[in-house]
Amino acid sequence: MILPVILAAVYSFYNLPAAFKWENLADPERFVGFDNYIRAFQTPEFIKAIGNNFIILVLSLVIQGPIAIGVALLLNRPMRGRAVIRLLIFVPYVLAEVIAGLSWKLLLQPTGGVNALLEAIGLGALKQNWLADPNIALWTLFAILTWKYVGFAIILMLAGLQGVPEELAEAAQIDGATWWQTQRYITIPLLAPTIRIWAFLSMIGALQLFDMVWVTVAPTVRQMSTETMATYMVQQGQFAGQPGYGSAIAVILFFISLVVALLYQRFALRRDLQGAITRGVR
Amino acid sequence: MTATSYVTTGKAGNLGDPAGRRRFDWGQPFVYLIALVVAALAIGPVLYVIIGGFRTTADINANPGGFPAPWVFDNYAQVLTTPRFWGNVLASIILAAGTTLGVVILGIMAAYPIARYSFKGREAMYTIFTAGLMFPLTVAALPLTLLLRTLNLHGTYLGVIIPSIAFALPTTIIILVPFLRAIPDELEEAASIDGTTRIGFFWRILLPLSMPGLVTVGVLAFVGSWNGYLLPLLVISTGTLPQDFWPLPLGVTQFSTQYSQNTGAVLAYTSLAMIPALVFFLAAEKRIVGGLQGAVKG
Repeated sequence: MILPVILAAVYSFYNLPAAFKWENLADPERFVGFDNYIRAFQTPEFIKAIGNNFIILVLSLVIQGPIAIGVALLLNRPMRGRAVIRLLIFVPYVLAEVIAGLSWKLLLQPTGGVNALLEAIGLGALKQNWLADPNIALWTLFAILTWKYVGFAIILMLAGLQGVPEELAEAAQIDGATWWQTQRYITIPLLAPTIRIWAFLSMIGALQLFDMVWVTVAPTVRQMSTETMATYMVQQGQFAGQPGYGSAIAVILFFISLVVALLYQRFALRRDLQGAITRGVR
Repeated sequence: MTATSYVTTGKAGNLGDPAGRRRFDWGQPFVYLIALVVAALAIGPVLYVIIGGFRTTADINANPGGFPAPWVFDNYAQVLTTPRFWGNVLASIILAAGTTLGVVILGIMAAYPIARYSFKGREAMYTIFTAGLMFPLTVAALPLTLLLRTLNLHGTYLGVIIPSIAFALPTTIIILVPFLRAIPDELEEAASIDGTTRIGFFWRILLPLSMPGLVTVGVLAFVGSWNGYLLPLLVISTGTLPQDFWPLPLGVTQFSTQYSQNTGAVLAYTSLAMIPALVFFLAAEKRIVGGLQGAVKG
């Protein structure tokens, strides 16, 4: 598991041919040092791809998180048909990312279901070429990702809510707290560990994003506006026949993920300590 | 806890308790509304694709948003009678079954000593496995493909199965170790007093007791492999295997590019490709959710 990452580091110093052979590494002509890395950071497509990854990361946290928490809080009360609704919400997550992506690609074609729906409800003016218009493609992509993964977040939050003792909320209500106050000051803080874990998974997912982009934004219209680090890596490393350069991208992707993960752990850890202190004061 | 609160609220409502009823009056319909909207948004696109498969392409082109009129079964019938679809399904089954088997067998073999023996380097081993979580498949996929070329596994099922197992192992071990640890020591002592060897204890007592855990990791590995795309794309799509024997996710993308003009057929192919995952999910829903919870808590 760790071996491929080490190998990536090795390959990344070489200019390798598409038909990779192990013996190529022995050829001193092929050793290029840090050239692949320098090239990556001088390529606008790659810089844009990094940007896109971080846009999706931030959007995921600030949009998907509140949606998931809100829906989970609402659904956490006893109600008829809750099991069925949970099941339905979870469906997008279970579908393969590729199959979900293909479905959306069909729906978002200029003549697809989404535009037809807009037409039908009298919003024909909003019709778009959702996935091919560079101005909105990234937003469209994010919307699909939200559809796919918010169910997972909701189920995760609901699971976390199981661990929040009901008595506390009841006590608060007896003390005259409104529903919102109860959620804000009791339930959400107690849900914080789950939220932090979700945020972590979500961030790593956003950085590694590949399948959905690769499938929905077909190779023919692949474009800078939706390129991610991973799609760029596969495109360059496999299909443009530059495994050495692709490996350099893999290493950069790895380091970015690692740095984000480590920073987050420190950040989250500090948050935990702060929470503990505040609780102590109260 | 949920059961208790259900009873409480239910009683309050039945007795006409003012507080209970006030909450019911505005809150409950609102919550139902939200729930229905969310559920509809989640399931709507899936239904569109499935229903779209019952329409002819001409019908879809003429009126993309409409219902099938008339319902035609040709698309589905066509897909179901092509060897290609079944070849894709078979390939996916081979990959998923191989991965699951490997993950479960290797997972318990690795988790058992880590959980139940104390030896030098045990903590280090556990740390290495958990550190595996830090190495995402996306990063490793490309160099891995190059390595597979050297090993002559490029373009083969085995070239997908072995890396899939490797990348499923960290999660597996993180779920299994606490599970195996929770089995009481007294059982082992009792078994050894009754004359069972350690291997015998493993086979006769530990294995049956850890079945729920094994099922969970098995389901997770199966779903992961079944839905996997990047690895098959890198390893199989550029190999010599005919596309009739590509795994489902790869086969579906290929089909949709090839027959992009025939929207009805693509919708049918896509919805049929969804079905195995949906059925499997319905059957194993508790396990998947439980596994997620376990993974999160662990």
